Amino acid sequence: MARTTTKQAAEPVLELRGVSKRYGRALVLDKIDLTLAEHEVVCLIGASGSGKSTLLRCADLLEPIDAGSITLEGRAVSADDRDADATRRQLGIVFQGFSLFPHLTALENVALAPRVALGLTAAAAEKRARALLKQLGLAAKANAYPDSLSGGQQQRVAIARALATEPKVLLLDEITSALDPVLVAEVLEALRALAKGGATMLIATHEMAFAADVADRICYLEGGRIIEHGTPGQIFGAPRDARTRAFLKRVRSVGASALR
Amino acid sequence: MTAARSARKGTLVAVISTLVVATLLAIAIGSSPSWPVVQKAFFDGTYFSTSLPDVIDAFFINIQLFVLAEMLILPIGLLIALARSVTSPALAPLRIFATIYTDFFRGVPSILLIYVLGFGVPALRLPGVPSEPFFWALVTLVLIYSAYVSEVYRAGIESIHPSQERAARALGLSRLQALRYVVLPQALRRVVPPLLNDFIGLQKDTALVSILGVVEAFKQAQILKSANFNFTPLMTTALIFLVITIPMTRLVDRLAAKDRAAQQGGAR
Repeated sequence: MARTTTKQAAEPVLELRGVSKRYGRALVLDKIDLTLAEHEVVCLIGASGSGKSTLLRCADLLEPIDAGSITLEGRAVSADDRDADATRRQLGIVFQGFSLFPHLTALENVALAPRVALGLTAAAAEKRARALLKQLGLAAKANAYPDSLSGGQQQRVAIARALATEPKVLLLDEITSALDPVLVAEVLEALRALAKGGATMLIATHEMAFAADVADRICYLEGGRIIEHGTPGQIFGAPRDARTRAFLKRVRSVGASALR
Repeated sequence: MTAARSARKGTLVAVISTLVVATLLAIAIGSSPSWPVVQKAFFDGTYFSTSLPDVIDAFFINIQLFVLAEMLILPIGLLIALARSVTSPALAPLRIFATIYTDFFRGVPSILLIYVLGFGVPALRLPGVPSEPFFWALVTLVLIYSAYVSEVYRAGIESIHPSQERAARALGLSRLQALRYVVLPQALRRVVPPLLNDFIGLQKDTALVSILGVVEAFKQAQILKSANFNFTPLMTTALIFLVITIPMTRLVDRLAAKDRAAQQGGAR
């Protein structure tokens, strides 16, 4: 991933056009249009069930889509492609539930994909893994197994693991939702550092203050549709759509935790 | 009273009460009027010591049989389990074949299969097909126990949460790589106790091949019994099997307990 500090919107890295997804009869994503420029950070907000997680999983080619197209750096990609595995290496995703590999140490968790999927030598993969763990403040935990790490540390290992294939885009699915409030801060801090480093990120989150702080753009989802998108200032300061206003009002009155 | 002292006291009470009960039982059995007859027929010291070397000699056939069988069963069982786990529609015949295989070999009595394969196939006198009873005994045990072991493997693979495979796929690993590096290493660790359990069954079942005339420990004991009209050699054989299987049973218990402790210790 490029590590420049300039944050100017350039050519689109990831582009979703008219993406729809059904589970049985339920329409979970309804003609989603979304463009992510290089170094851009976009936050998806919306209540649970609004389609944020499905959008990320479809963008990562983990779920086939029913209509529309996904373009990565100008190339049409699909979960049904023969080289979908190769495409997934260019997309990093971090899940809410960490999903670390419990039989591997933190270092081995991060080094696995570079070694196995990218074909790096064991030494080169380990070197890259150590650098990433250091970047996320986990240098001392390289040989620890996931069980012995705190939730925040596990989630940072998961971020390091997702970065290990040097993805063009990092997708983050409510990665602080399963954490104690005290541990949320350290994970959000790690994401801020990544954003400053020029990472291109698509983040589903319930942390509104964090979204306002780190995002270049905010998309509000409801019923599988992007209802409204704009800068944080515009979405939080002067939302145009009544549904966005209602959602934000609810968030402010009950607190984000009640939306999980 | 400290916990250590109370534990020591508990052990002492257990030892004493066990000794008392065992002594009473021994006295009761020993003083029963029919005991001398039973002892002479089943637990004769002279027949025990004379049969021991012969039975141990023959038991090496059992050991050869189960060691060879286990070495073959481990990979074959895994292949069958993997065949049953394939989801690709194009590979459906493989899955169906594996399902029929496990259903059949788990459902048919072992002794029947040993009889049919060990006597029936050599009787066909097909060119190039071996006729040694040992060979057919090995084949039958491998066929039957591969079916059992494949189910153990499959249960282990299915016990790994789908989020593990999804995480591996998300990193760009292929399905096969996800299986090889993420799912199988975790699954194999979990199946060691039930796998050893099946192997205990296999080790006992090596006695079944005696019906083919293979002179293994059980057959040897039968021969000695017939020669002397005394059952002691069969007790000798029982003892030798127990020497092998009891430590393995204890090992299985211990591994299973360790597994439970690890899983309660917060392993995901």
